[in-house]
Amino acid sequence: MAAERSSAERTDDAARIQRVTMPKWGLSMKTGKIVEWFVAEGDTIAKGDDIVDIETDKIAGTLESPAEGPVRRIVAEPGADLPVGAVLAVVAPEDVPDAEVDAVVEEAKAAVASGALEEADEPQPQLVEVGGRTISYLSLGPVDADVPVVLVHGYGGDKNSWLFVQQPLAEQEQRAIALDLPGHGASGKDVGDGSLATLAECVTGVLDALGIDRAHLVGHSLGGAVVAAAARAAPGKVASLTLIAPAGYTPEADAEYLRGFASAGSRRELKPLVGRLFADEALVTRQLVDDLLRYKRLDGVDKALSAVLGTLLDDGDRQAIDTPALLEGVDVPVTVVWGASDRILPVPDGVELHRVEAGHMPHMEAPGEVLDAVRSHL
Amino acid sequence: MTGTLPTPTSQELTPDRLLDAYRVMRTIRDFEERVHEEFAGGDIPGFVHLYAGEEASAAGVCAHLDDRDAIASTHRGHGHCIAKGVDITGMMAEIYGKTTGSCRGKGGSMHIADLSKGMLGANGIVGGGPPLICGRALASKHKADGGVAVAFFGDGASNQGTTLESLNLATIWNLPAIFVAENNGYAEATSSSWSVASDDIADRAAAFGMPGVIVDGFDFFAVHEAAGEAIARAREGGGPTLIEVKFTRYFGHFEGDQQLYRGAEVADARERLDCLKRFRARVTDAGQLTDAQLDQIDSEVASSVDAAVEAAKAAPKPGADDLLTDVYVSY
Amino acid sequence: MARTITYREAINEALAQEMERDERVIVMGEDNAGGEGSPGEADAWGGVLGVTKGLYGRFPGRVLDTPISESAFIGAAIGAATGGMRPVAELMFIDFMGVCFDQIFNQAAKFRYMFGGKAVTPVVIRTMWGAGLRAAAQHSQSLLSVFTHVPGLKVAAPSNAYDAKGLMIQAIRDDDPVIFAEHKMLYDTSADVPEESYAIPFGEANVVREGGDVTIVAIGRMVHTALEAAEELAGSGVQAEIVDPRTTSPLDVDTILESVEATGRLVVVDEANPRCSLATDVAATVAQDAFGSLRAPIQLVTGPHTPVPFADALEDLYIPDAGRIAGAVKKVVDYGG
Repeated sequence: MAAERSSAERTDDAARIQRVTMPKWGLSMKTGKIVEWFVAEGDTIAKGDDIVDIETDKIAGTLESPAEGPVRRIVAEPGADLPVGAVLAVVAPEDVPDAEVDAVVEEAKAAVASGALEEADEPQPQLVEVGGRTISYLSLGPVDADVPVVLVHGYGGDKNSWLFVQQPLAEQEQRAIALDLPGHGASGKDVGDGSLATLAECVTGVLDALGIDRAHLVGHSLGGAVVAAAARAAPGKVASLTLIAPAGYTPEADAEYLRGFASAGSRRELKPLVGRLFADEALVTRQLVDDLLRYKRLDGVDKALSAVLGTLLDDGDRQAIDTPALLEGVDVPVTVVWGASDRILPVPDGVELHRVEAGHMPHMEAPGEVLDAVRSHL
Repeated sequence: MTGTLPTPTSQELTPDRLLDAYRVMRTIRDFEERVHEEFAGGDIPGFVHLYAGEEASAAGVCAHLDDRDAIASTHRGHGHCIAKGVDITGMMAEIYGKTTGSCRGKGGSMHIADLSKGMLGANGIVGGGPPLICGRALASKHKADGGVAVAFFGDGASNQGTTLESLNLATIWNLPAIFVAENNGYAEATSSSWSVASDDIADRAAAFGMPGVIVDGFDFFAVHEAAGEAIARAREGGGPTLIEVKFTRYFGHFEGDQQLYRGAEVADARERLDCLKRFRARVTDAGQLTDAQLDQIDSEVASSVDAAVEAAKAAPKPGADDLLTDVYVSY
Repeated sequence: MARTITYREAINEALAQEMERDERVIVMGEDNAGGEGSPGEADAWGGVLGVTKGLYGRFPGRVLDTPISESAFIGAAIGAATGGMRPVAELMFIDFMGVCFDQIFNQAAKFRYMFGGKAVTPVVIRTMWGAGLRAAAQHSQSLLSVFTHVPGLKVAAPSNAYDAKGLMIQAIRDDDPVIFAEHKMLYDTSADVPEESYAIPFGEANVVREGGDVTIVAIGRMVHTALEAAEELAGSGVQAEIVDPRTTSPLDVDTILESVEATGRLVVVDEANPRCSLATDVAATVAQDAFGSLRAPIQLVTGPHTPVPFADALEDLYIPDAGRIAGAVKKVVDYGG
């Protein structure tokens, strides 16, 4: 590459250099640590390839490549702790000169060193009153977007579980709202009778309170059944349903997990249970378990989880919900996604679904595919 | 304000109430005399401190109390327990260290308690009771239930810091607390005239801003009068009182005490001053009760004490399982 | 929602939330309001270090200033507890336990057992402990082991604001007598603390840091010093696991044993004097119950067998620092060649 580049060529080079940057996984993430690279300089990668394992204090995850082409430089070494937005690798076609790539790397290092990557304004969760209950939600993306996506978590979870999905949706000019069901997260802990109807009413209530006429509803596990119930009750408000490992498709469920989760009071009781949620148990960090314990200790949570458990399981430890029955006759497009290694709710037979490589948490373990499913409706 | 209080009668002593009072005193006397005998026989473990001779104090004060009210006692606590309504069968079994005891055999003579009757326990620590009584009085004040709390303590405890601090606290917080200093002349083997700096314990009341009264502890009616006035005033929010009861104990500090430090006063007291004799003389002279009625009580009490001893001897001792229980509500 | 507040604020919030929820909760201690009977402000101090500030006005009649008569008012708190109240009394400095210890260890601690299971004494005694304030020998001790030794008492010693709020709420709701030990050097430290009420169970240790090479058991301020040491050690490739028992009675022995079984090495850090301390307690338990897992002798990092000195240079030598902890870890890691 000895020949001088013209300024037009250099501009073109600049446009063809792609930076793989530290993602923002969740509201509170400020930095991430590089654990392991799966690609090396010289390899060619495609969009969606697993390229690097990153660990934050909340979660460990695998970054799927946003870029495609040859990996020209790995900027962040294993063990490096870098802020969100920091350049981790540079991907560019072979004919872009090394000098240009070097310049990008220098600029990247300077950005980290100068602290320019510290974010100023972060979107904050907000509260809304629905039917006498306080619901916490986080809205990302343009507020005036036509049909927002509303994300509803599962049993014992909260809006932060959408951390790999909500931000990418918002980055594509799509409004994405993640809410905490009653009894969960930062919402009020009173769940009333804890029934599906009550929870579904909360979801449609949030839509009304925020002035949203129609939304794409995405639900995980219990949340899947909740959004199905919401669609049945108010089909005019629901543009589509994306159900991720939803409750109510088979009688079987890991009742021991569900009951154990509800009653666990200590780290030692909770950690092995939480491991069952994932195909790869290494995703369960100390912080994840600690956050769950902090949630479970809050006044009112025991009562809430117990009430909702009664909605999920009958006395014989079988699933008490029938989601396909809820969806019968409901004229709303539905996509179902399931992890092939789901140990909590088994993959149902005879149901049209996208099978992905994941346990019970596809939105955390295979977020790219979940995003594809959601986007197919947009 | 030391001296004898004027006497508005706070409670009429009807024949029934007189019989109750006599029964209480007789039960205490027989119970203690019997424990004295049984202890000498070697079946009763540990230490025992007997209240015989002092019955009028417990009976005179507790006649005004009900289940709202709490009392704290001393190591010499059997009399206070009986006067506050603790069942003697449970008490005797407790002294014998049996599972049927008031404390399941885990407290013994020095810790007999019945919280359901507001009896906060005999106490092995001299001066341990008064602070607790400030607390119970504070609770009653907070709950506005009109209850009072009574701390019985001895001349020995009247010198203990905890007692003096409690007198101060009760006055500044205006607590419905009654402090009954049972001055039997001896703290263990040391005479109170030697160890108490003021002429009378009741003199200390003025130092702590509360009324102080001295009463003859062999005279049920004197105690009853003074206690009635103090308790009624406390119930109405008038604050604490210190009552000094002067008498003597018949038995030693503990069972086994040869009492070599004493002169002829025990024999003299039993003969001339005894509260049961004086009570009987007064009520029969006044025509309020007959000897026959009192004799009837004597024999009923004697049987009940017999029965309590028999039951205690027959009852099982606690086993290995009981060793580890009831340290905490939950652990 | 969680927000960042100090250890002091977290305790104040716990007290306020419980007083709101349960009218039987009352607070008493020397200058817990501060100003009673004086012409100026009634809530002038809110406690000597401000922990109870603001409660006096919010809860009229339920925050009592006491005279300096510990045995009377600590005893009164205990007595009131037997009578259905849920008092939170302050023994200002743990060093003052001498003037009221009987009421705590002979009365409150023993009622339930002595009275055959028929007494319930739900009293909380808050007290400050620990060195570092240059407060000298009679205001700097760490006497938790003395209370821990007594059956019938529970002892909580939070190391951070989150634990402080949750453990205080638990202490108030607990039906047994609780000594709630507040490390005076931690009052200004902050953490994320939920606005909502929550209770952390007693007897549940917190694994503050995970690591496979050595278990460090530390309590109170020493948890932070151990974390400092762990950062240093990570630089040389040694990963320390730090276990914060949170409560010394009950003690979460299972979590400690589980950790030592995984790492094979134990260093116990306790700023108290070395004889008959928490450090010796943990070490003996581990030596007895996890001997087979140990790859090196247990190391204890403690204060010396002296009173706490006044001169800052001396007090700094007295208190274990990160260097000493790291040194002890190196010793166990290097043991046996």
